Amino acid sequence: MRKITYQEVVDCVATLCQEANYNLGEDVFKAFETALRTEESPVGKDVLQQLVDNANVAAAEHVPMCQDTGTAVFMVEVGQDCHIVGGILSEAINEGVRKGYGEGYLRSSIVGDPLKRQNTGDNTPAVIHTELVEGDQITIHMTAKGGGAENMSDMKMLKPSDGLEGIKNYILDIVKVAGPNACPPLVVGVGIGGNFERCAFLAKKSLFRPIGERNPDKTIANLEEELMGQINRLGIGPQGLGGSTTALDVKIEAEACHIATLPVAVNLNCHASRHQVAIL
Amino acid sequence: MLKTIILPLDNNTVKELRAGDQVRITGTLYTARDAAHKRMAEALKKGQELPFDIKNQVIYYVGPTPAKPGQVIGSAGPTTSSRMDAYTPKLLELGLKGMIGKGYRNNQVKQAIRDYRAVYFAAVGGSAALIAKTIKKVEVVAYEDLGTEAIRKMEVQDFPAIVINDMYGGDYYQEGVDRYRKLGV
Ligand code: SF4
Repeated sequence: MRKITYQEVVDCVATLCQEANYNLGEDVFKAFETALRTEESPVGKDVLQQLVDNANVAAAEHVPMCQDTGTAVFMVEVGQDCHIVGGILSEAINEGVRKGYGEGYLRSSIVGDPLKRQNTGDNTPAVIHTELVEGDQITIHMTAKGGGAENMSDMKMLKPSDGLEGIKNYILDIVKVAGPNACPPLVVGVGIGGNFERCAFLAKKSLFRPIGERNPDKTIANLEEELMGQINRLGIGPQGLGGSTTALDVKIEAEACHIATLPVAVNLNCHASRHQVAIL
Repeated sequence: MLKTIILPLDNNTVKELRAGDQVRITGTLYTARDAAHKRMAEALKKGQELPFDIKNQVIYYVGPTPAKPGQVIGSAGPTTSSRMDAYTPKLLELGLKGMIGKGYRNNQVKQAIRDYRAVYFAAVGGSAALIAKTIKKVEVVAYEDLGTEAIRKMEVQDFPAIVINDMYGGDYYQEGVDRYRKLGV
């Protein structure tokens, strides 16, 4: 059985946290470039240009592109033929977050108790999802998820009779209600099916797919494109100031569900779509 | 066209501002977000004074990242304003003249902006590294224990913003979206 040390995980996570916050992904830059060509509103164009400039400054100076450096969310695929020595995985990840956020001058945005609301001071605990997979490697996907867009996310148990139309209307509605609050242009993550908690997870998971990459299922891929077109005709635009770029992409993950249910979750992500991946 | 605005605000400046105006703001402002607003509201309830003289001032809704060595402040873009809506009408009544944040205000805040002749600006959310460059001086003035949520006094120069709600009831979020909407839901 392959061995991976606790410290390797800590160091890897610390780097992911900093990279995610300093360096906007190529996929987002590309999407900005396209949007700068197609955006109809001059104010919207200004905003997009400001976001490109901002991301360039952040990368050049090694500073966070946004002051909300997010909840650190991890999706970890653990190969069942590997073994972590020197400690347990969740502790190693939290240790890495502590190190990455602390040494990287990133903001601590987590309160330890939702009611008492005392800041934990080191951005832990992280949100960690683990999955056992084949092989002897660990793949760590990390996102720094901002609170503004997370707050405008939503989930609903639709009825099977609501069908595709019901799903589309619901998604459009959530984007519309979010308006400027979620920092558009958005990446709209959607989960369809599963059950109550699984559906929300699918919506989050969809956001880990790079912008521009379609769902391999043709029907779902078409739905992503159709929704993208509709969302961009809502007029919300960059920062909600009006325009034709409301979403940079729409991502959908679908899964089996109960005969009586049609859960749909919409997890909005802002333009600061910060994702990193590493393999140990 | 860009308008330059000098802080603290006065009625004459506010009178000239219209929804959609792009502005550059120079002068002194105060930062406060969720936890600081809650404490200010509690202080007022107990009959205590606010930790700074709020008359004619502007509050910027921000929780910056820690400054790196050599920096005045870390990244410092706006946070969502609606979370402060519950506290805002009272502060406007006490003389607050302007707010900078991002996102919608509720009807009570919009009404109070008219009643007390104030203005609500939006800055570009997520443009935090660029905005930080317009912040020249920072001093914590209250609630230091709140860390990023403490009240800070800031000197800004050419801080970029846009007028969303003016004292005449203008609402740029509404106007902007109406102009580009091609799909009704
Ligand atoms: S929604 Fe995103 S871009 Fe906007 S302030 Fe939050 S993290 Fe930053």
